[in-house]
Amino acid sequence: MNFDYSDDQKMLKDEARKFLAAKCDAKVVRSVLDNADRAYDEGLWKGVAEQGWLGVAIPEEFGGLGLGHVELCGLAEELGRACAPIPFASTVYFVAEALMKFGSAEQKAKWLPKIAAGEVIGAFATSEGKGPVTARSIGTSVSAGKLSGEKIPVTDGDVADLIVVLAKDGLYLVEKGEGVSAEVLETLDPTRSVAKLTFSNAPAAKLGSEDGIAAMQAVFDRAAVLLAFEQVGGADKSLEMAKAYAFERQAFGRAIAGYQAIKHKLADMYVKNEIARSNAYYGAWALNTDAGELPLAAATARVAASEAFWFASKENIQTHGGIGFTWEADPQLYYRRSRQLSLVAGAPATWRERLVSQLEMKNAA
Amino acid sequence: MDFNDSPEEAEYRATARAWLEKNTAEHKAEAHADDMAAGKAWQRRKAEAGYAQITWPKEWGGAGGTPIQSVIFGQEEAKFPVNYGYFTIGLGMCVPTVMAFADDETKKRFVGPALRGEEIWSQLFSEPAGGSDVAAIRTKAVRNGDDWVINGQKVWTSGAHYSDYGIVLVRTNPDVPKHKGLTMFWLDLKSPGVEIRPIHQMSGGSNFNEVYFTDVRIPDAQRLGAVDDGWKVALVTLMNERLAVGGSRGVGPEEILSLARDMDAADGPLLKDSAFRQRLADWYVQSQGLSNTRMRTMTALSRGQTPGPESSIGKIIAANQMQELGNAAVEAGDQYGIIADPKLAALKGLFQGAVMNAPGLRIAGGTDEILKNIIAERVLGMPGEIRTDKDAAFKDLATGR
Repeated sequence: MNFDYSDDQKMLKDEARKFLAAKCDAKVVRSVLDNADRAYDEGLWKGVAEQGWLGVAIPEEFGGLGLGHVELCGLAEELGRACAPIPFASTVYFVAEALMKFGSAEQKAKWLPKIAAGEVIGAFATSEGKGPVTARSIGTSVSAGKLSGEKIPVTDGDVADLIVVLAKDGLYLVEKGEGVSAEVLETLDPTRSVAKLTFSNAPAAKLGSEDGIAAMQAVFDRAAVLLAFEQVGGADKSLEMAKAYAFERQAFGRAIAGYQAIKHKLADMYVKNEIARSNAYYGAWALNTDAGELPLAAATARVAASEAFWFASKENIQTHGGIGFTWEADPQLYYRRSRQLSLVAGAPATWRERLVSQLEMKNAA
Repeated sequence: MDFNDSPEEAEYRATARAWLEKNTAEHKAEAHADDMAAGKAWQRRKAEAGYAQITWPKEWGGAGGTPIQSVIFGQEEAKFPVNYGYFTIGLGMCVPTVMAFADDETKKRFVGPALRGEEIWSQLFSEPAGGSDVAAIRTKAVRNGDDWVINGQKVWTSGAHYSDYGIVLVRTNPDVPKHKGLTMFWLDLKSPGVEIRPIHQMSGGSNFNEVYFTDVRIPDAQRLGAVDDGWKVALVTLMNERLAVGGSRGVGPEEILSLARDMDAADGPLLKDSAFRQRLADWYVQSQGLSNTRMRTMTALSRGQTPGPESSIGKIIAANQMQELGNAAVEAGDQYGIIADPKLAALKGLFQGAVMNAPGLRIAGGTDEILKNIIAERVLGMPGEIRTDKDAAFKDLATGR
């Protein structure tokens, strides 16, 4: 039984935490939040690339470190703790994973080394409007190698060099430039950039031979596990912030940390965070071994982590009281990020439905 | 991340499994007068093979094994129909306390018979005035020659009606703060003046007892630890509570999934009802989360570490889920859900039973509220509750008067 990070993985994680403490404090996050012109923090992005994190799970033959997905999960946890304002998830969890899962040898050789080196930012474009993405909701189509349609919202769509686009008959690779235009959108989490992308006869290359929705779901399953680790990191950080403030804040003659209403609130956060962490570990195992259970494990990890981060981030604000509602206080950064992470690969309700569908299949088999 | 045993663990598991296959088959082939007799026979079998208390030293009949071996054996044993609960409290909590504090003669007399299932032990701590507040004990012991004379009442004593011996925590000094005036003894539950009355639970069953003491005489030689030092002894007892790594049984997502397949909702099978599916997903996430948390506990044990606080969250989740899931299944039956008759109700009334038993599970072994205090204080390091009774003499407290 070895259901934890290994010593080497812990060391990598510790180093990542130190690096992010130095390069990604709240000021860095706020510099993106407070400046509508900045899509992400370029200095941090460059630093993360230099650390080799972008290619941690990319095989060495494609310019990565060739470590594995558990290592990537550990980094995701730390990036979530730090609320990092960079296009890491779009590039690594979605686009690099899509390339590794469905890319031809040429496509992998062309793009993965550039991703690992930080030369290419990616985006995954699926949604076209309100509600879950289904076969009926997709209007984007490809004709004679030219893709046309409208995608909204696309995280990092405005800064992406390479976009994986869901069309009616599958996934396509589209490069920034000809036939692609972006319009930046206002969202709940301005520390991450989001755009509407319009494609008119954009040159497109088919990625894999899978049916569109199935291919999207396969990428979502992989991303969901990695996103769950970011959520676990953010949820743990929210609990720590709430605890630190509760010790500091005096009311009715003592620190509010001593009041049972606060203690039990924080105990509730802890329980949800531990459940989320345990389920995320199972997801990491399934992702790393490409296990048949991945769809169920990913759904379980995502539902637990979305719930834990939402709860911890909102109750962190509540623990802070009035000061927590000010622009200057940091709990809002995690509250905003919890919304971004819960929605970016499909909402929790969609994943609950998927989870039960997987259970039905498992029990029928 | 993997779920594989180490080579040593795999070998231990294979040996245990082979032993269990052979011995459970032989055990089931024997004729036993009743469930208790069967339980005692199975316990004797395990004791003879060194599987009764795997982590105990060999000189006391254990195997000198590691916690992970004990967990592995428990996992394998749970796959066979030999789930007898009669010895858990005695061997898990009472006898280790005796082993830590009694003289050699006493240990030699009692450890072996308890290990072999010949004698059963109970733990007598809780009282009507002290459940969560265990130290608020009012049952008093007064010194009389070489004896102590005990008067008072214990409550929620599991298994007292079939137990032979017990350890009992009593007040020997009411003039000092509550934790400082307690003393621990062991006693024969057949002693004159001990009266055991089963408690009729709201669920209908009777798994617990009230135990009344009227001028019960206990020799001073049966004292465990120093006079007025019983709280320290009690902490040793409570520390010996078995690691919460066992599997959960009873009502869970699988049971309600099977119910939902067959039950009609307003527009087709319940399993196709989207509101129900959303709740089912959350129950599965929690169950799976607990099961995966146990894997983390196992990992810590396997690495020779003490399990972290993550193992403390199990009961809060399991008990509340049992209540909510049970009730969801009951309400899914609409008007029919009120029927508890096993002949008529779904899954022989499993869910109705869960609704009626869950309130007890949320209280026993630490209420939800006490467990949250424990998580907040011991795991998160938050301040303890303000205690107005900390420095006052017990006799001056409302409970002590």
